[in-house]
Amino acid sequence: MKGKLVLADGSVFEGLYLGGAPVLGEVVFNTGMTGYQEILTDPSYADQIITLTYPLIGNYGVYKEIAQASKPYARGMIVGELCTFPSNWQNEGTFEEYMRTFGIPCLYDVDTRAVTRTIRDHGVMKGIICPLDTPEETIKNLLDQPLPRNQIMNVTTKWEGFRGDESADFHVAVYDFGVKENILRSLQAAGCRLTIFPADTKAETVLAAKPDGIFLSNGPGDPKDVPFAQEEIKKLIGKKPIFGICMGHQLLALAMGGDTFKLRFGHRGSNHPVKDLRTGRVYITSQNHGYAVDEASLAHTDMEVTHRSVNDGTVEGMHHKTLPVMSIQYHPEASPGPTDNLYLFDEFKDMMRKGC
Amino acid sequence: METKGKKILVIGSGPIIIGQAAEFDYAGTQACRSLREEGYEVVLVNSNPATIMTDEDIADRVYIEPISVEFITEVIRKERPYGLLATLGGQVGLNMAVELSNQGVLDKYNVKLLGTSLEAIKQAEDRELFKEAMKRIGQPVPESDIFSDVDKAVEFAGSIGYPIIIRPAYTLGGTGGGIAHNEEEMYMIALRGIKLSPIHQILVERSVAGWKEIEYEVMRDSADNCIIVCNMENIDPVGVHTGDSIVVAPSQTLNDIQYQMLRTASVNIIRYLEIEGGCNVQYALDPNSNQYYVIEVNPRVSRSSALASKATGYPIAKVAAKVATGMTLDQITNAVTGETKACFEPSLDYVVTKFPRWPFEKFNLADRTLGTQMKATGEVMAIDRTLEGSLLKAIRSLEIGLDHIALKKIEHETPEQLLERLQLIDDERIYVVAQALRAGISVEKIHYITKIDLFFINKIKNIVMVERDLAEKGLDADVLRRAKRYSFPDTVIARYAKTTPEEVEKARKAQGLMPTFKYVDTCAAEFEAHTPYYYSAYAKEDEVKPLGDKSVIVLGSGPIRIGQGVEFDYCSVHSSWALRKAGMKSIIINNNPETVSTDFDTSDSLYFEPLTVDDVMEVVRKENPVGVIAQFGGQTAINLAGPLAQRGVKILGTSVDSIDMAEDRERFDELLAKLGIPRPVGALVTSHEEAIAAAKKLNYPLIVRPSYVLGGRAMEIVYNDKELDTYMKEAVVASKDHPVLIDRYMVGMEVEVDAISDGGDVCIPGIMEQIERAGVHSGDSMAVYPPQHLSKDIQEQIVDYTKRIACGLHVKGIVNIQYIVANGELNVIEVNPRSSRTVPFISKVTGINMIEMATRISLGASLKDLGLPLGLALQRPYVAVKAPVFSFSKMGLVEIALGPEMKSTGEVMGIGHTYADALFKAVNGANMRIPEKGQILITVADRDKEEASQLAKGFIDLGYHIQATGGTGKYFKDHGIDCTIVNKIHEGKDNCADHVRQGNVDLMLNTLTYGKRPERDGFQLRRLAVEMGVPCLTSLDTAREVLRVVASRAQEENNVSVEAMQDFNKE
Repeated sequence: MKGKLVLADGSVFEGLYLGGAPVLGEVVFNTGMTGYQEILTDPSYADQIITLTYPLIGNYGVYKEIAQASKPYARGMIVGELCTFPSNWQNEGTFEEYMRTFGIPCLYDVDTRAVTRTIRDHGVMKGIICPLDTPEETIKNLLDQPLPRNQIMNVTTKWEGFRGDESADFHVAVYDFGVKENILRSLQAAGCRLTIFPADTKAETVLAAKPDGIFLSNGPGDPKDVPFAQEEIKKLIGKKPIFGICMGHQLLALAMGGDTFKLRFGHRGSNHPVKDLRTGRVYITSQNHGYAVDEASLAHTDMEVTHRSVNDGTVEGMHHKTLPVMSIQYHPEASPGPTDNLYLFDEFKDMMRKGC
Repeated sequence: METKGKKILVIGSGPIIIGQAAEFDYAGTQACRSLREEGYEVVLVNSNPATIMTDEDIADRVYIEPISVEFITEVIRKERPYGLLATLGGQVGLNMAVELSNQGVLDKYNVKLLGTSLEAIKQAEDRELFKEAMKRIGQPVPESDIFSDVDKAVEFAGSIGYPIIIRPAYTLGGTGGGIAHNEEEMYMIALRGIKLSPIHQILVERSVAGWKEIEYEVMRDSADNCIIVCNMENIDPVGVHTGDSIVVAPSQTLNDIQYQMLRTASVNIIRYLEIEGGCNVQYALDPNSNQYYVIEVNPRVSRSSALASKATGYPIAKVAAKVATGMTLDQITNAVTGETKACFEPSLDYVVTKFPRWPFEKFNLADRTLGTQMKATGEVMAIDRTLEGSLLKAIRSLEIGLDHIALKKIEHETPEQLLERLQLIDDERIYVVAQALRAGISVEKIHYITKIDLFFINKIKNIVMVERDLAEKGLDADVLRRAKRYSFPDTVIARYAKTTPEEVEKARKAQGLMPTFKYVDTCAAEFEAHTPYYYSAYAKEDEVKPLGDKSVIVLGSGPIRIGQGVEFDYCSVHSSWALRKAGMKSIIINNNPETVSTDFDTSDSLYFEPLTVDDVMEVVRKENPVGVIAQFGGQTAINLAGPLAQRGVKILGTSVDSIDMAEDRERFDELLAKLGIPRPVGALVTSHEEAIAAAKKLNYPLIVRPSYVLGGRAMEIVYNDKELDTYMKEAVVASKDHPVLIDRYMVGMEVEVDAISDGGDVCIPGIMEQIERAGVHSGDSMAVYPPQHLSKDIQEQIVDYTKRIACGLHVKGIVNIQYIVANGELNVIEVNPRSSRTVPFISKVTGINMIEMATRISLGASLKDLGLPLGLALQRPYVAVKAPVFSFSKMGLVEIALGPEMKSTGEVMGIGHTYADALFKAVNGANMRIPEKGQILITVADRDKEEASQLAKGFIDLGYHIQATGGTGKYFKDHGIDCTIVNKIHEGKDNCADHVRQGNVDLMLNTLTYGKRPERDGFQLRRLAVEMGVPCLTSLDTAREVLRVVASRAQEENNVSVEAMQDFNKE
């Protein structure tokens, strides 16, 4: 079926449409050359329409093990070419079938570079993907709708969960704001057993589980959508070592009295250089964030910047001046992306070893 | 760090040979500029004059001297550099650094090795150390062992089972390696490998043939920051040398787990080896599991890094040079965005295909199978938004007479024949795959036989399906769109849809189907790019702004091949620079990833496209330039001039009519007759019968060749009807459209002239005299400037003829003329209204930038405007000799005897104050390795015996002992020359070949007896010399000059003198 992408600024990109009804979402782009399945299933993309800049998608098929959540939360995909004959020994089916199974619409056969350039120049914006013959009015009505908010409450776990066995070195309480599967696996691989809590869990409940450390997960949307989370995090500072990733990092900044802001077109890809200011070393990181911590706002807090983006200088990591509290904006757990940053999980373990 | 006044020595890679092509001109040039940007003074040594890097303005001190320890030591003694950069000059540069260190030269002169340490280099290059290192960091390597003893190697092979890969240590492009399937093959390859390895070591390894071959280009700096510039996947699985493989970037069939697994391994390896700069890691990945092996690490900038640079836009050599001086990646700006830093990993939003260019069309008897020994002389690269598109663009960039993935000669083969043919791994396999799909053979079956990943076979199937749809549905809108997305040219669409290209063009314009142009920007459009590096794609958005009304297109020269080497890239680059100097905007179209011309800062706009009329026309439509310059890109560009002019494009400089006049035999003869200039008598024939008739009139010997030739392709000297007969049947197909030229072969001295002309007068920077007599292709001859044996009268006549021809042809720009002096009479052999391979040589030697001047004339200036001397320029007070370099050891079954067909892949220059000095340097630079005394085996044709006996006396005087075969030996003895007579090969045991094999021959002089069949003794003997690394001279003239060099060196002390080009040109 023929389809199109209509952006809020009026630009239209035609292609072929895999799906039914029109869908609305914030249109973003990711520059990773591999990892389409991980990207699609990363809960941090909830309610977004993802444009993949690499034009050949689906080449190696899909593989259940690498999904980052039990189902995708993204609204849709925009890709160049959709491969119908995947080839890889781990392949279990085509990406097309996979999207169909989960009801994720996909616009393909699109000049994704043109879409990307539009977003780069105008910033991320609302857009819809729909069949080509969708009435103008339907499109207009959809585009007039506000984008959904509060994604965290849609993607967080509904009940407490447990992972790992009792013999693990550390017990970590995970605040699930939309946690990626590989974060949980990486923590386990680092020797932790996990208790996973819903995003709106009270600090007291978490502390009652007697964890060695607290982990604040990644998640979708605007950190200011969940003010309650900030409040609970505040209560945890100084009680237990804390490590935050992505959304967790932003919520920590807010909890400490800092501020966050929305980036023009975000950082999404597997090739972002980040400097660890403590060592001067630069690491290539996997990133997926539309918001960032405002560095100036940290001036009057107890936090100091430890990592900075080499591309645009924004804050990519921070720690508390005196307490065992640290966070980073990017994804050391990779999936997709480079695995150069697993050392951060070791730093978290060191903090837990020393305790508060 | 204070850099001002600090000198850094950069070692280049020397002449172009198979396995080491133009990529090091690109790398060296970038490195020199990058270092100067930081304030360093750069001293460069490279023996190859056909390069941009040896231009006087690329380095502060340019030494065109042999790359050998004694010469470089002398440069170091003279210049006293603080540091040495050796990782940008290929294997040659790297080996030289190791050698200089081993011999204590670096210590003695306190020269610091910049970048990667020698320890690291040794760990990566020495098989045993490498294996140990990989073991230590848990990186798997195939079971293997190192041997210097053949029998032990064979025994080991038997213990791990065949097939077995054999790799000699420290050789280029896998020279001497191979895959053995049984004990007998094992013995032969091991023997050869041990001989060819400079340290007489081979690695015997378990074969993982059929696995996926994946490469990673990694950078690391002194602060231990590591990045991956690019990964690449070979379409040809393990078993074919990566230089001979079709390669795509980025990898296509690896999921993120596999991609990151190998990325992490690369980072761990480069960190452990502590490489500072660029590095290439090759893997074999099991297609059925995540098991992998590390195959090889190149601790330097390589052919793959040149490819990765062009594929991503990330300037690896430039960054590697800065890293070597101690800068870190986050301190270096990403030149593409101007904002972000060099410390990031490029993201591609297109597919790149690299396709090798093999020289087999020149060697019709060569072994075309592909294995561990690289055979390609060059490569092309193509970019598109689809894999199909980039593959098809790559194929038509090769200039092998194909505009599509379809080979005429296998068009009618049956499925059975095709299945048989698929077993063969050679240069035509990809076309066989396509043909097999057309014949209905399944993707799975093809995969089963070839082990090529199903993904790639399916991609080729997509192409075949479009062909079928075109045939069935004609110019259906949807089919047409698919065809264009796969970059099918209109001509190919027309062929399948059974219509005309004009109809196709009309149909697609009607539906608005036009190519768009996109940036190569390192970052998939995430940041705005400032580098004008483009490719075409049939997509929605065209993001390129034309340069405006002062732009000129310079056509590049495509892939490096025998007959059209890096020298034409040199010309394109200079033309682009000249345009900018003249206030114009330059646009380069080229498809060779190894070159300086395809660096994004060489021109104002770079279009990375095939050099076909269709593809060039799209760029012309896009940019609407003032005109197109076609005279500097070799035959590639000049062949496009006519068709472009026909489509209304303005060709700047010499007109298309003049080009035609020079290339059309009859018109050219007419012109010469009018000018009263003689040429060897000849005829143009269009059939076999006409050829025999013409021969009767002209008398043997004759030179025969097809019209419109480059590098003497399929050119031969024939001595009788039988040979002419064979030639007309086997070498060419004569027809009305493709006539064959037959000329009287004159024995004499060849002279070559490159001139600049404005149509009214000429400027001749210098005359070059060829050392080998006529009959040896000028590209394979040694040449000397200024002439050593030409009388003043003849020289004046040359100037006079050159002026008359240039003006008669209305040349506006550059012209190359070849003369022959026979019996005191000057004859014209050939006129090329374009730049030639000697242009860089003569420009450098005389200090006259011929290309810049010719470009200015193409734009309308006169010789007078440019202040050029008219006639012959003042002779310089020094001598320069150009010597050819061959790659015979990489090409099995190829005739090495020199003849009218060009065979050399590169050249070197020797420059000195005397002829003897220049000659010595040229012979030394060409690595002829002539020993001062020893055993010389002489076996020559009857007509050469008298001359050979003179030479034999000379060799005896030097202390050589002569061995000769029957006829030659008898002649020598009859003339009082002491020699040992040895058996010819067919005469049984203990023959001359056995002597060579046993290492009892140090030098060979062997001239051709006619009938070039491999079974002949002479041929076998010459090939044996190549395999065993014994220098073999096949021309009496070369032998005479070699003798002269050895004799003059024997008299002097072994001191060498070096001088920078900057100093020569001051004189």
